[in-house]
Amino acid sequence: MQQVLPRRRRRFGSIAIQIAIVVVIGVVADGAIYDAVQNLAKAHIASGFGFWNNTAGFDISQTLIAYSASASTFGRAFWVGLLNTLLVAAIAIVLATILGFVIGIARLSRNWLVASLAGFYVELIRNVPLLLQLYFWYNAVLKSLPELRGSVALPGGGILNNRGLFLARPEFAPQFSIVLIALAIGVAAATALHVFANHRHDRTGEEVPVLWPTLGLVVGVPLVVFALAGFPLAFSVPHLGRFNVSGGVEILPEFAALLLALSVYTAAFIAEVVRAGVLSVSGGQIEAAHALGLRPGLTLRLIVLPQAMRVIVPPLTSQYLNLIKNSSLAVAIGYPDLVQVFAGSVLNITGQAVEVIAITMAVYLFISLSVSFLMNLYARTTAIAER
Amino acid sequence: MNVSVNGAWARPYILKGLLMKRLATALALAMALASGMQAASAETLAAIKDRGELICGGNGTLAGFGLPDPQGNWTGFDVDFCRAIAAAIFNDPTKVKFVPLTAKDRFTALQSGEIDVLARNTTWTLSRDTSLGLDFPAITFYDGQGFMVRRAVKVSSALELNDASVCVQQGTTSELNLADYFRSNHMGLKTVTFATGEEALKAYESGRCDAYTTDSSGLYGERQKVAEPSAHIVLPEIISKEPLSPAVRHGDNQWTDIVRWTHYVMLDAEELGVNKANVDDKLKSDDPETRRLLGAEGQYGEALGLTNDWAYRIIKHVGNYGEVFERNVGQGSPLKIVRGLNALWIKGGLQYGPPIR
Repeated sequence: MQQVLPRRRRRFGSIAIQIAIVVVIGVVADGAIYDAVQNLAKAHIASGFGFWNNTAGFDISQTLIAYSASASTFGRAFWVGLLNTLLVAAIAIVLATILGFVIGIARLSRNWLVASLAGFYVELIRNVPLLLQLYFWYNAVLKSLPELRGSVALPGGGILNNRGLFLARPEFAPQFSIVLIALAIGVAAATALHVFANHRHDRTGEEVPVLWPTLGLVVGVPLVVFALAGFPLAFSVPHLGRFNVSGGVEILPEFAALLLALSVYTAAFIAEVVRAGVLSVSGGQIEAAHALGLRPGLTLRLIVLPQAMRVIVPPLTSQYLNLIKNSSLAVAIGYPDLVQVFAGSVLNITGQAVEVIAITMAVYLFISLSVSFLMNLYARTTAIAER
Repeated sequence: MNVSVNGAWARPYILKGLLMKRLATALALAMALASGMQAASAETLAAIKDRGELICGGNGTLAGFGLPDPQGNWTGFDVDFCRAIAAAIFNDPTKVKFVPLTAKDRFTALQSGEIDVLARNTTWTLSRDTSLGLDFPAITFYDGQGFMVRRAVKVSSALELNDASVCVQQGTTSELNLADYFRSNHMGLKTVTFATGEEALKAYESGRCDAYTTDSSGLYGERQKVAEPSAHIVLPEIISKEPLSPAVRHGDNQWTDIVRWTHYVMLDAEELGVNKANVDDKLKSDDPETRRLLGAEGQYGEALGLTNDWAYRIIKHVGNYGEVFERNVGQGSPLKIVRGLNALWIKGGLQYGPPIR
């Protein structure tokens, strides 16, 4: 039975099978789409993407781009929802990463109390369902905040109550661009100073004072220019109305609760990833660093973490993807993310479940693949350089 | 799904169940569509008879309209409508399986064939009628959208709600009417939208919003659920027309007729003075209209694909329209909604049953 084929024929056979499989998948998919369109028409259910340019008619509580119920389209509502998803996911990823690294390293601390507290955090948070935690934060945030009439005034003109956190919004006069130019020049000069200092240090071993000149260049110069230009900056301060607060920047309680829940939850998993990464660096490396006279903090920063990153990045990517997908739980507390706005209101008003769900799935797929791609690029920089 | 789980901690699981269900329903629809969906013609009744029970999509969380009691028995105005259909088909009002649906899930569940009829305080609109592949056989309840606010806020009209935060359930006509009403009255509005009515009400109760809005019948039901009902008032304005109707899939005319006439015979029964208690006596009546209604004369039931005593069964097991109304939402219930537009046409209302002949 066993027949040894010539190499070329074997390769041809394998390619032929692959082509055949792709063709079969293509035909089945095409047939499914054709059937779906036919059946939708037969059941008198509207199909296609014509709804995209129709007027939406519903309001959204948080919009990063201009949106109004009367003038904006379903397509615009899609972008509003998508931006809200990206906003909460991006900030949560930053917070979860910082918190996760701190907790993960704390768990390895030789200080018993610090290590136990970190361990307790991880076990508590990762063993309680995220949805429950989301409810906890939402109710904790809402219930602990005062009513509108008992609003807390914050320094700098801010207002805090159960409608949200309202902060003063900076409003820039045209002259403010001079300050930005001064800032850019300051940053460039400070960077040049750093390059010079490093160069000098490498060559002669002499330390050049860096901290104070940097502060002077980056903060001092723009401040002086700002004063000279006549303080071209005003603040829109929020003020209390009968029912709500107007003016200023608004941070919704729904946003705060979702951000807290996602960051705290994902940080517990990132902490474990970090701990595993650090433990994967052999003890000999640390002993060698100590023998060279590096302090523990420097050892961690220069020796342990760069090697640990190699192990940390791939599972860290998975955690980021989980966080992005978990942000769709927003629907439970009324934060207007993509799923809430698009796969919720838009789907229901248009009734076009197949199209809307397909678009939503494609968007999550696109975001996840993009994040994976970027993280893989980063992973390449931490890989061992073969010499 | 068991909705009568005790305690607040059970809620998230219910919601998660609903979320999963929405995805599952959407997938089921996609698969049903991709694989040659059951043709929606004249097969619903046969399928129900084969199955031995009616599957009815209901609310599950709205007092007076669709709510399971602690024993898991569904009660309410919409529930009784489904029981009436089951009584007509099987002579047994208990042969109904109720599926709790959120506002967002309800149409997908009907389109995919998961339920036979949707009786879930649903407003009949043109776009739902035409582009969702549905039919709305008869208006069982004339309703309109209203607002509930805290008494302590001292608001007496919805026109004083400029810049207010309003909690609303997603995927409802309420969501759209709300935006329209504030816009046409040049008032500022902050909408906070939730997936379920329960979540929206809870957020309103916790002080997140100044007002809660839904159909006014719903407001009376929801007011029973807050901790201190007397601390909340329903504002007088009715900002929209909400003709609530059951819904069926477009295309099965026989089934649409059965659902439509189930409502009409209950109206006709009330008009003729036939009720649950006297229906057996009325069977011996010599009034020709009553005799046609109860199947003592003519073959009207068979023309629908049912038995000739189908209307008798409905009245015997469930009652006439007035009885169903008063028992669930009227004076015999905690809601105490007045008949108003839902009175019979002979009493100045809009409920009008076409003649049986």
